[in-house]
Amino acid sequence: MSDMIRMTNVTKKYVNQIALQDISLTIPIGKIIGIVGGNGSGKSTLLKLMSGLSLPTSGSVTVNGETANRRTGKVVSYSSESSLFYPIFTVREAMQFQASQFADFNPAKAEEIMKLMRLDPHMKIKSLSKGNRGRLQIVLTLAREVPYILMDEPLSGLDPMIRDSIVKGMISYVDLKFQTLIMTSHEVAEIETLIDGFIALKDGSLLKMADVEELHESEALRIKDWMKKAYV
Amino acid sequence: MDEFNASKPIYLQLADRIHRQIISGELKAGEKLPSIRDMGIKYNMNPNTVQRAYSELEREGILETKRGQGTFVPERQDRLVQQRDKLKHEQIEQFVHVMREMGYSAAEILSGLTDYLNNAEKGDE
Repeated sequence: MSDMIRMTNVTKKYVNQIALQDISLTIPIGKIIGIVGGNGSGKSTLLKLMSGLSLPTSGSVTVNGETANRRTGKVVSYSSESSLFYPIFTVREAMQFQASQFADFNPAKAEEIMKLMRLDPHMKIKSLSKGNRGRLQIVLTLAREVPYILMDEPLSGLDPMIRDSIVKGMISYVDLKFQTLIMTSHEVAEIETLIDGFIALKDGSLLKMADVEELHESEALRIKDWMKKAYV
Repeated sequence: MDEFNASKPIYLQLADRIHRQIISGELKAGEKLPSIRDMGIKYNMNPNTVQRAYSELEREGILETKRGQGTFVPERQDRLVQQRDKLKHEQIEQFVHVMREMGYSAAEILSGLTDYLNNAEKGDE
């Protein structure tokens, strides 16, 4: 039962500001989970702690039983808006670079996702639209065959057509038999039918972690409506 | 996605939708349903949710899964006929309940329904 992400009494402080306060939760394999909450609620910090790119001030984060740190990148594929570091790379070069960094990167899968996303492999990253950068993130992140895919705001600020293609990419290429996808989002309505469960944060505290369908069943509420009530 | 509402679990709403498609004949006896993943892609829906919808319909005998081949609308339709009647009964029950609450008599409901259907048929022509 060690195949999960486990956080125990995690607190994260930046200088004298508390980003996260006493968070305890577990996330198993086989789920799509949304981290929701307003700006500054700690969503991105939580995701970064799970990826091992950031370390807790106190408490523990373990991924498959091992303490999260830089080596966690072996089992976690993490992406955020700032992950596309080399603007002079073409789409294909970015894919080749990712393959050189991660042994679990599946080039054939990457090609397939790239085609689905209708990306031109010869385009330079710096000349891609915001939407196409988002699509490239999907290619680079989902082509890694690792148990955990973590994406920071993969749908934010994109037009509906691009969001739709990204969501379809996620459903097509995340294998819930072996993988879990965790993403942050401040537009909950968009991910309601996509996620199994959600983690709601408010001012750095865990407000609720629940199964989406349970919320529908027990309270007959969409997450958005529940949040309106819970965040007052 | 917008067609799904919060009053009921999404997997049940998907199950109801598939059920209605079978009853209306949109999905035919013996027809293969999309794979769980393809159904997920169609509705931007979590594959686990689709899986639950399929399992629910299987449990009710409305769908059947053949190992290694996929999920099908059964060839045998007796179960379906039964379900069709049940669904009709449920809908009528609901409608009559609301009408009764508002104080309409059986005769009024019946004549109202007849008029409505006659008009609707004219509209179709």
